[in-house]
Amino acid sequence: MEALLLQVLNGLDKGGAYALIALGLTLVFGTLGVVNFAHGALFMLGAFVAVSVQNVLTISKKVKDESITFFDAYKETPYLEIWWGDFGSLIIDFSVPIAILVAIPVMLLIGLAMERGLVRHFYKREHADQILVTFGLAIVLQEIVKANFGANPIPISAPDAVAGSVDIGSMFGLTGVVYPWWRILYLCFSLAVIAGVFAFLHMTTFGMVVRAGMHDRETVGLLGIDIQRRFTIVFGLAAVVAGLAGVMYTPILPPDYHMGMDFLVLSFVVVVVGGMGSLPGAVAAGFLLGILQSFFSMNEVKQYLPGIDQIIIYLVAVIILLVRPRGLMGKD
Amino acid sequence: MHQIITPSSRGKDLSILLIFIAVVLTAPLWGSLIGAGYPDLLQKFAIFGLFAIGYNLLFGLTGYLSFGHAAFLGVGSYVTVWSFKLLSMNVIPAVMFAVVFSGIFALVIGFLSLRRSGIYFSILTLAFAQMSYNLAYSVLTPITNGETGLRVLRDDPRVIDNALGVTLEGSPLGDLFGITLTGYAGFYFCAAMLILGFWLSLKIFRSPFGMKLVAIKSNQTRMEYTGFNPRPYLLSAFVISGMYAGLAGSLMAITDPLAGAERMQWTASGEVVLMTILGGLGTLFGPILGAATIKYFENIFSAINLQVLENTFAFMPEWLGGIMVTITRPFVGEGWHLTLGVLFMLIIIFMPGGLIEGFRRLSRLFGGKKAASETPAAESEGGVK
Amino acid sequence: MSDEIKKFGTLSRRGFLKASVAGAAVTAAPTILINKAHAYINEPKGGTVTLGFNVPQTGAYADEGADELRAYKLAVKHLNGEGDGGMLNTMTNKALTGNGVLGKKVAYVTGDTQTKSDAARASAKRMIEKDGAIMITGGSSSGVAVAVQSLCHEVGVIFMAGLTHSNDTTGKDKRKYGFRHFFNTEMSGAALAPVLEKEFGNDRVAYHLTADYTWGWSQEGSIKKYTEALGWKTKAAVRTPLGAGDFSQYITPVLNSGADVLVLNHYGKDMVNSLTQAVQFGLRDKMVNGKQFQIVVPLFSRLMAQGAGENIKGIYGSTNWNWSLTDEGSRAFVKSFGAEYGFPPSQAAHTCYVQTLLYANACQMAGTFNPCGVIEALEGFEFDGMGNGPTEYRADDHQCFKDVLVVRGNENPSSQFDLLKVVQVTPRAQVEYPASMLGGELGECRA
Repeated sequence: MEALLLQVLNGLDKGGAYALIALGLTLVFGTLGVVNFAHGALFMLGAFVAVSVQNVLTISKKVKDESITFFDAYKETPYLEIWWGDFGSLIIDFSVPIAILVAIPVMLLIGLAMERGLVRHFYKREHADQILVTFGLAIVLQEIVKANFGANPIPISAPDAVAGSVDIGSMFGLTGVVYPWWRILYLCFSLAVIAGVFAFLHMTTFGMVVRAGMHDRETVGLLGIDIQRRFTIVFGLAAVVAGLAGVMYTPILPPDYHMGMDFLVLSFVVVVVGGMGSLPGAVAAGFLLGILQSFFSMNEVKQYLPGIDQIIIYLVAVIILLVRPRGLMGKD
Repeated sequence: MHQIITPSSRGKDLSILLIFIAVVLTAPLWGSLIGAGYPDLLQKFAIFGLFAIGYNLLFGLTGYLSFGHAAFLGVGSYVTVWSFKLLSMNVIPAVMFAVVFSGIFALVIGFLSLRRSGIYFSILTLAFAQMSYNLAYSVLTPITNGETGLRVLRDDPRVIDNALGVTLEGSPLGDLFGITLTGYAGFYFCAAMLILGFWLSLKIFRSPFGMKLVAIKSNQTRMEYTGFNPRPYLLSAFVISGMYAGLAGSLMAITDPLAGAERMQWTASGEVVLMTILGGLGTLFGPILGAATIKYFENIFSAINLQVLENTFAFMPEWLGGIMVTITRPFVGEGWHLTLGVLFMLIIIFMPGGLIEGFRRLSRLFGGKKAASETPAAESEGGVK
Repeated sequence: MSDEIKKFGTLSRRGFLKASVAGAAVTAAPTILINKAHAYINEPKGGTVTLGFNVPQTGAYADEGADELRAYKLAVKHLNGEGDGGMLNTMTNKALTGNGVLGKKVAYVTGDTQTKSDAARASAKRMIEKDGAIMITGGSSSGVAVAVQSLCHEVGVIFMAGLTHSNDTTGKDKRKYGFRHFFNTEMSGAALAPVLEKEFGNDRVAYHLTADYTWGWSQEGSIKKYTEALGWKTKAAVRTPLGAGDFSQYITPVLNSGADVLVLNHYGKDMVNSLTQAVQFGLRDKMVNGKQFQIVVPLFSRLMAQGAGENIKGIYGSTNWNWSLTDEGSRAFVKSFGAEYGFPPSQAAHTCYVQTLLYANACQMAGTFNPCGVIEALEGFEFDGMGNGPTEYRADDHQCFKDVLVVRGNENPSSQFDLLKVVQVTPRAQVEYPASMLGGELGECRA
């Protein structure tokens, strides 16, 4: 029972992450019709915003370790702690939440620049061209990150207050249902962001125009509305969402330059299973795949179907796409 | 978008083929000029050229973007090594089995995947390939030898060889009636296959079958209205390109008797997509050019280290050499990925038709008919853009 | 194959015109004549000898590869008599004189393995076929090591393995032309077990999470074998996909399984992720069966410890070498590496540096670069002063036998590099095993 409940939690948690990571991809495809292979790179850049924020906050006074003479080894104390004592430590402790605030403008700028500088010129080009150019961009971005931060994963910790885990079970009279705070937060965060994006698209005039543009770009253009400018903003929004997903994921997965590529395939599977361009579809697919992946990783299942956890995501994708031609909620 | 290919005169196709053969056979010569004149890289040029030609028959002609062709390459490799292990070191049965098995595998996957089109088709092929890769790497280890890769061992049964009394001298290597297919012999075997594959591709481009495929690409709905069922044609194209991939995989295992699971990973499938687009989608020569370019960067650019750079710029005054080294350093050695990424972007931004388009422009630039006829690549492509 | 390569190797030097025009005709030509002209492949001509450094420059192990490359360059310097000489000053049983090898200056070429067997073999072939490398070395994974080792064996070029920890490299897949200085999972198990017994007692229930490929299985097997001999029970051994990223679905079942030790048979990114996440799930704060829950990571490296950050503190594991060792050889190496690059070398750098020196020394001893002579010199070679105490290259399986370090993540590091604390140096005698135990066949040297 506890084991099952824990896997449900895992599934929801994974689902939230998958949905959040895939959200921007489906947004860009749905509105702009662009297959963005640099989406994973945006996710990775978000994570490295968190790394940079942590690096800046922990700029340290270096005291040389005199016992070591062959090279310079330092005992480091961050200036923030020296100047402000406990308050300084508190700020460093909150580097991930601070990174979220930093990531919003940074990722928006990156997104706008990408759309203006590159992606815009590829709206009318074939998908093949879009794939090659965004893939090239993704490689360039990750190589730049590698040159500056190395290839090793970089540890980032969540604020102390939420770094551990919480006994959820005790609230319901169960024992042993323990779950990390940060993962619960991630789930709430992704639900909030997803809700926010929905609200933005459905409750604002801006969103309505964008959605109209998704259906019929030309007619909206004929109405004298500058749809191009709005699309630029949508791309920026997608970049922000991807970046935030990256920032929030850093305490779970120490970021490295290659993490974007690792999640690229997954986000495409989620988006397509949900139905290309459908936001609710991507969310539904994210949760569905997350929960199924958790269940099929259980020892009880693997016992009968060895290796099933290795392929379950793809197997589900195949079944869904064969049963439903346009994914879960795709439009024709 | 697509002009109808007017059936060219036989003579023109023949000259294209002859020039192609000449270029391929002299590869060791021109290869050495660019530092690629050694057997392994030349083999890779031919093998991946073949892979890309086959892939182009599907993606280039029909527009169906498969993200899972590496799976067929992997199957070709595994089948070849198993043929070496169980039957004989002779490559003839190995190649035949590899092509047949990858064809069957492609038939199954194609039959299911082609029920969908567009990005849905792409993800279906991707899913099948990833499943193959993940299983090959882990639970299928008894068949694939997992991470280490399947190898030919001295004490394998090799029933046919044993029955014929053929004994093994030295290490077990692919063999064509006494000729060991490594080094340049291996290259010429791959080259022969490449030429064969190219010739077949040329025939398909020019055939009514090829034209139907192009018609599917330009407007499938319209085709369907005329009562034409595109599925059998698509499936044939899919299986043919799967067999090309299987052949390429088989050649990889022949020139180097090892089959590893990473050959089937999505990045490997992605690589052939990139090769095809980079070179020129839907063109005869483009895919080979793209394949060679990517393999060249992977093998040559990655090997340029600081020492090599310093030697290269040693002829310059020291300060200038220093600047040159600083500028080029990030793009070579461990930075070869960066160069590749930049190359992808530049080519697709400035030459939408890929490398082939660049050649076409060059030939136009340097004037007139003469140049054009000397670069058959540009001419013959006229059909498909 | 060696014959063929030799033949075409000759051709490549004579120019490609012949090869290309003659084509298939040449392939049928008798090989005997050319063989005589060439005693062995890539025999160094002129004043230099070329070594091939094949390391991961892209992908997850790029940093480790970069460190290996630094060590190689340093080794080349020292061999050529430049710099401070490093371990050449401390190595015993040494034939090298510090003016190159056999009077030839050492040169090198580099390549990218991408941590993929295919790419690694392609890169090694380039070095052999194009650059004339006489020896190939490097790598950061067992799959690659085994693949390149068997290639080198077929071609007839010596392979000095870099970081590879699976038993298979010098067990099931050992080769006459391949040599490994790094330790293996069998030694990790033998070295770790006594420490685990001392720290955690012999009434423990272990739960394994194992990377689902050959190295993972090898390590799972070794650790199981030695901990079960202590009286530990193994609750479960669960295979996880390589590069799973999020391990939550594998970690939650551990929580209520009744196990009180989690063994993470992961390396690299997988290890950083699974450890980070296991700590987040509160495993280390748990009390099970009245005992404090423990996590063990059998194979440690400082670079990985860096990635895991705080989570590594207090975790036990084994390692081949650590820069904080104070023996003469280690100090000499850390000193010259530190002076050159400004930070300490990793264990990967150490093993690669030592391998280069050992190879060069064997050539000097044999008086030839001929692989058969070099192999003979390396087999059974005993040396000291290279950081691991008295060491022997066992002739039966080409595995180095030496002391193994058991380390613990440092709770209170005195500097940014002080991540691992050596808690025990398990003596060589305790980690030795008969060569026949792991099977495999070396094959013959084809002179």
